Formats: sequence, C-alpha cells, structure tokens
Amino acid sequence: MDIPYTTSARPDTGLWNAKIGIWLFLASEIMLFGGLFSAYIFLRLDAPPGYWPHGLLNVPVGTMNTAILIASSVTVVLAWAALKMRQFARYKFYMGITIVCGIIFLFVKLYFEWPDKFHHFGAYIRDDRLEKYEPYLGNHHLREKGLEMRREITGHLHNEVALHDQNVHEYEIQLDQVNAAPTDPASDRPHFWPLPKTDKIAHVAKEDVERATMFVPSHSTFFATYFTITGLHGLHVLGGVLIFIYFWLPVGANLYKRNPEHLANRVEVAGLFWHFVDLVWIFVFPLFYLL
Amino acid sequence: MNETQPTAPSHAAPIPADGGVLAEHAHPPLHGSGAAVDDHAHDVSKHVKKYLMVGALLLLFTGLTVFLSYVDFGSMKANMTVGMVVATLKAGLVAAIFMHLNAERQLIYRVLIFTVFFVAALFWLTYFHWYDPISR
Repeated sequence: MDIPYTTSARPDTGLWNAKIGIWLFLASEIMLFGGLFSAYIFLRLDAPPGYWPHGLLNVPVGTMNTAILIASSVTVVLAWAALKMRQFARYKFYMGITIVCGIIFLFVKLYFEWPDKFHHFGAYIRDDRLEKYEPYLGNHHLREKGLEMRREITGHLHNEVALHDQNVHEYEIQLDQVNAAPTDPASDRPHFWPLPKTDKIAHVAKEDVERATMFVPSHSTFFATYFTITGLHGLHVLGGVLIFIYFWLPVGANLYKRNPEHLANRVEVAGLFWHFVDLVWIFVFPLFYLL
Repeated sequence: MNETQPTAPSHAAPIPADGGVLAEHAHPPLHGSGAAVDDHAHDVSKHVKKYLMVGALLLLFTGLTVFLSYVDFGSMKANMTVGMVVATLKAGLVAAIFMHLNAERQLIYRVLIFTVFFVAALFWLTYFHWYDPISR
C-alpha cells in the first residue's frame, strides 16, 4: 500500500503526513517526560533535609555526554540539509557521525556511569545515632555555616557480605573524601572533578543504620528518579540510533534513488525525534548532575 | 475540487475556509516542482552555517551551566533558577532552530498549544500540592 502525501502537502492540513504524525507523537512524549519531571519536582521539594544527595554523579562525564548529544543534534540536521541539497555522500557521512555519537552516549551510560554507581555504597545513619558518627558527618560544622545536614556515609564497601549476612554486624567502608574530611571547607560543596576514595576506613554498626545499599534505584528517591528518567531517556537514544542505522543502510540509498525528497522527509522526522531526546537531556543534566 | 490529488478521493468533501488557503500553499510544487526544489536547496545551504553556530552556542551554554552551578548564588533555590533559565534558553534554541519551530505551519502550533496547556496543568498540580495551605 502506498501511503499518500509523503512529500506533498495534504490539502486540508497543509503538511505532509509524517510531519503532523511526528508532532502528535512528540506532544505525547512531552506529556510522558513532563509527568516524570513533575514527579521529580514533587519528590525533591518534599525530601527531608539530608535526604537529597549532591555530588554523587560524575560531572565531567555528564558534561561530555551532553556535548556528544548536542553534536549529534547538529550532525543530524546537517544530514537532512545534505539530502535537501541532494548530496548523498555527505548525508551518509553526517548520519554516520550521528550514529557513532548515539552509540558513544549509550556506551558511557551503560558501561561506565551506571556500573560505577552499582559499586558505590552508602549508609543512611539513624536520626538518634547521628552524633555518634559526627567525625564522619561534620554536622556541627555544617550547621554553623548554615548548610544542609548530612545523614549518609558513602564509599567503597569492603565487606560486601554484610549486605546479605545477618551474622555480620557492621559495614566496613573505605570513605569518600566528603566523609573522611567532613569539616574541610572543600567538602562543603560538590567538586567538578570527582575525588578518589581515601584510605580511611569507617566501621558502621548495622544497628545504627536506617538503610544501606549500593547506589541502586532502591538506595534513595534520588537514585530511583535518576535511574527511571535516564533509563527511559537511554531507551529513546537507543530507538533513535536504530532508526538512523536503518536509514543509513541500503534502505536509505534505495529510497534516495526512487524519491530523494521522501528520504529527506523521513530523516527530518527522525531528526525531530532526536532533537527532542536532546532537549530532554538538556534538562536532565543540570537537574541530576549539577543542582 | 481536488482533481490534482488523485490518491485521496475521500477529500473531495468540502474543505473549511482556511483549508482552502492552506491548499494554495500545496499547489506551487505541483506546477513547477524543479524550480521549487532548487529554491529550497538554496535556502537550506544558507541555513547550514546557522545550524553550526547554534550548535557552538549550545556547547557554550553547556559550559556555562556547569560553571554557574559551582557559583554560589546564595541559596539552592537561586542556583536552581539560574540553571533552569539557561536550560530553557538551550531548549528554546533546539526547538526553534533544529526543530524548525521558528517557521512552522499553523496546525503544528495548534497541536502544541494543547500540549503546553496540559503540561502546565501537570506542573501546576505539583505546585498546588507544595503550596497546600491546609496540611502545611
């Protein structure tokens, strides 16, 4: 079956069909991500002091991924422009770069950022035991400066068996800088470059802990929302990459020979989706990594 | 009325007043498609430079977002506002230039007005909970 109005405008809408189709789809996507961002604001505004962590994500890596996604948005629009100017070789080149950018983005997320979190440990100290761990938390210092309190001790968990074994009564944590030197003014605010873990070891009794897990979704509201939103965003990146690969394969060349304008329009529509994915990331990056 | 569109006999039905106007726009490519495509290609080549500049601007704004997040504006709220203003500027650039929303057909704006309305309602619900004068 031939789908009508792939290149010419339909008289009643004034648009070729896919254009109106993609915008209706993007309108529903805005509602999908809008709901999640709305939930994020809701959860964050209601988080009690000390329960919304800062500086746990790798900012340089996040910045790099942002730049990669922006670069791919530029190359996809250049790929479309090349088709409009009937320069097929140039289209293949720019589309190739776009695909590589998308794959790098996903690779960094799945092989570096997420696994790094799964190996990072955090223990929330119970309200009535905060004083006992003051040397690691530095809340007196923070209160004097009018800064938000700390409840969590983070680092590398030496005895991972403690997570499951009832007979192990304490967590042995190789501390992050922020808990090793909590009163150091340098620990007051997150750093751009992540600091390496210190050699300092803390022993935290299980009975003093409200909850303690690796940085997985169940760790905190922060990580639950982080994995939900970046996971859904990552699926969108994957979807975009698959569509671009499809247009980059001989399918694209064949369509180009038959009807170059049709391929240009299909790439434009896929590009609109890609720009939307970029647009979502523009909000995800500061909300989760920086603020 | 629609003899020039043989693929859509169902659209022989009367078209609303503004539909007729839009149909006017659809006609030129049918009459002189070669010239129209050349014109368009020329337009696109002019835009390429603009796309590159917007890309550079977006990268610059990304650097700015990161830098500003380490500047203390007095409170988390203030830093959040600054960060969101820059992000909105970036998103506006992407939507206006890359997604061509600066010059799009009216129908798309009509669709998006509804989206904006419902998203605003969604965020308003969140605000309404937060502001809740009864439980707070």
